[in-house]
Amino acid sequence: MSTRGIRAKKIGVLAQQGAFSEHIALLRRLDVEAFPVRLAKELEGLDGLVIPGGESTTIGKLMKEYGLTEPVRGLAKEGFPILGTCAGMILLAKRVSGLNLEPLGAMDIEVKRSAFGRQVDSFETDLEIPVIGEPPFRGVFIRAPFIERAGDGVEILARLPNGVGVAARQGNMVALAFHPELTNDPRLHAYFLGIVHGGR
Amino acid sequence: MDRGTWTVKSGLAQMLKGGVIMDVVTAEHAKIAEEAGACAVMALERVPADIRAAGGVARMADPAVIVAIMEAVSIPVMAKCRIGHFVEAQVLEALGVDFMDESEVLTPADESHHIWKHDFKVPFVCGCRDLGEALRRIAEGAALIRTKGEAGTGNIVEAVKHMRAVMDEIRKIQGMTTDELMAEAKALGAPLELVLEVHKTGRLPVVNFAAGGVATPADAALMMQLGAEGVFVGSGVFKSSAPEVRARAIVKATTHYRDPEIIAEVSKGLGVAMPGVDIKTIPQEELLAPRGW
Repeated sequence: MSTRGIRAKKIGVLAQQGAFSEHIALLRRLDVEAFPVRLAKELEGLDGLVIPGGESTTIGKLMKEYGLTEPVRGLAKEGFPILGTCAGMILLAKRVSGLNLEPLGAMDIEVKRSAFGRQVDSFETDLEIPVIGEPPFRGVFIRAPFIERAGDGVEILARLPNGVGVAARQGNMVALAFHPELTNDPRLHAYFLGIVHGGR
Repeated sequence: MDRGTWTVKSGLAQMLKGGVIMDVVTAEHAKIAEEAGACAVMALERVPADIRAAGGVARMADPAVIVAIMEAVSIPVMAKCRIGHFVEAQVLEALGVDFMDESEVLTPADESHHIWKHDFKVPFVCGCRDLGEALRRIAEGAALIRTKGEAGTGNIVEAVKHMRAVMDEIRKIQGMTTDELMAEAKALGAPLELVLEVHKTGRLPVVNFAAGGVATPADAALMMQLGAEGVFVGSGVFKSSAPEVRARAIVKATTHYRDPEIIAEVSKGLGVAMPGVDIKTIPQEELLAPRGW
């Protein structure tokens, strides 16, 4: 991808636990380099970071144990592009109800964990997301969180029909309550890569 | 809003990848497992080593035990039902467990048929010894597959055998020409449609975990390097001398399974592992893995 002397962007996907290989596969389809990040030294030289779905307690604990929590907090403060899906949204939040762990506090959102209930209440539904346009995006919600409160600097990108926020952007950070990596639809990853490339 | 779809069921299995699912028998155990970084717990009345020792008929756990564990932790809670016992599965679904294990560790209720798992909104995990068995269970609706290993022995040898069998058969099918696949499907006793899918993708159609004999961090990393996408630990944690540290160590070794320095570091000073059993000393009729059809 260096036809015009521009190197391909490098996106790291946190790989403590969860659906990180699905994110990597989808990102590679969009002509960026994508690889797993398990240790703090693997954060160097990245252009963007994805925090995948998985178990937020497991991911959060392993981030802390292996020294990733503070570096990722630091990146978020500097305006580094970060995409969080499901557990990733939980970890990016400022406050989380139902989590016995301190989240990263990178985005000014308050999130409720397993907000729709247990696995029997997991669902999929079509979402209208204006920033990616038509057709609707198939939102896959698995023991998913939702946004209980968002600060002034936060743009809600998608809501369920009952008004609950399930996607948000603040600066260069995007948080999704659902799992675009479980679909074949690359539009939200492409939207995130637009931020990585410095566009809006 | 569509609930209980295949995407939602197999998707939860994808969220468990790279993680450790631990057997627990009390709310206190469940909290220890969650604190250690388990991605889910399996709620039981007895761990497999104790089921093996007790003999008799092993059944679904007391719903009160399962509910107490569901209330104690925020991570997903799984529970086991007997092979073919679809009413135990209905009960577990009514309790709201997040995943059900149609398990050979319990005494089978049906010696010919497994549960038709597509009828349920809650996803199922099933054990296998080879690819044919894995694909039969997936055809019936299993959203997650695990090796059977030999539960409650603390001996990894059977899990290795089963994982190697599955991975070898996948590689073999991948290398075949299309006209060879019907005969292979017949030999495996597996639906042609799923054999075609394995031929195309080079992997199982669902997430593939290891189970049955994991007792140390190195055991967990061994199974991951052989192709497992996550690990179940049954008796290995709470039958050891220091469950908290061993549980944490197995979680770390599963994440960093390709990093021998980290595996070495976390393996230090774990106390005594569960005693373990040589499979050859177990009478044929007491083996659990042959249960399943």
